[in-house]
Amino acid sequence: MSNHHDHDHGPTHTHDGKPIQEDELPSIEAQILETSVRELLIEKGVVSGEDIRRAIEAMDTRGESLGAKIVVRAWTDPEYKDRLLNSSDDAIREFGINMSPMELCVVENTDEVHNMVVCTLCSCYPRPILGIPPAWYKRRDYRARAVREPRAVLQEFGTELPDGKQVRVHDSNADLRYLVLPERPAGTEDWTADQLEALVTRDSMIGVSDVRRPGEADA
Amino acid sequence: MDNKYSPGDKVRILQRNQPGHVRTPIYVRGKTGVIERIVGSFPNPELLAYGNSGLPYKMLYRVNFKQSELWPDYDGPSSDTLEIEIYEHWMAPA
Repeated sequence: MSNHHDHDHGPTHTHDGKPIQEDELPSIEAQILETSVRELLIEKGVVSGEDIRRAIEAMDTRGESLGAKIVVRAWTDPEYKDRLLNSSDDAIREFGINMSPMELCVVENTDEVHNMVVCTLCSCYPRPILGIPPAWYKRRDYRARAVREPRAVLQEFGTELPDGKQVRVHDSNADLRYLVLPERPAGTEDWTADQLEALVTRDSMIGVSDVRRPGEADA
Repeated sequence: MDNKYSPGDKVRILQRNQPGHVRTPIYVRGKTGVIERIVGSFPNPELLAYGNSGLPYKMLYRVNFKQSELWPDYDGPSSDTLEIEIYEHWMAPA
């Protein structure tokens, strides 16, 4: 046993087997409510445990590969890009994605503007496209600092931007969900869609990083 | 549903203390920005969150702020901005 664990864990001090604790404790009331509703729904035959498991699995399986397909389509098809930026919900329906009751807002990175997404009030995220948000996206420090000192946050993500490039932060606070359309890296003109899709990361679609070719240095 | 504001209009976010499921963060209250776009009408989240229908719908806009307007000591170029969704009943002409 390591020395720093030579103490009793009382009810106010438990590590839950994790060396690093979450910055926010779960809401006990919400947990009790969720358990009660779930058990009632199963008991009354409205849904089965298998239905719930399958829904969770589907949510967990959804990931950034769908977003990467959309980005690459926009990179390679100017007409699609125009539709994606101006009638986003229609454009993603072609990929079988329905944002309803939310609406999608796509923001484009250019030579002059770098976009970055945060939800300061909770953790709103384009889940139908990118899946479950990363843990840091939900943390209070990211949510507070992304609007207050976005350039410092970007730097911590390894994203160095020249002063001449505008940083535009999008607070996803209400009915829209945001997808950043990253810049296509130079030197990929001859690449296939599959090759391009492999470059597009989740973080580049949240806007905390750019898309880079392997071995490409920061701008 | 009619929109009271159009893209380019200057608006001031209301400095109002209101408990509940309010989608206007404190850091933009009392600040002046410019309408970026009209998003459309949506159920009022301040009612919707409590099992209510959310009627009447409220017009929603995206408002662009200069970071230096939000944070007087903002550490970055003066061209940096922030955009956020604000309902019509949270703004006034500026």
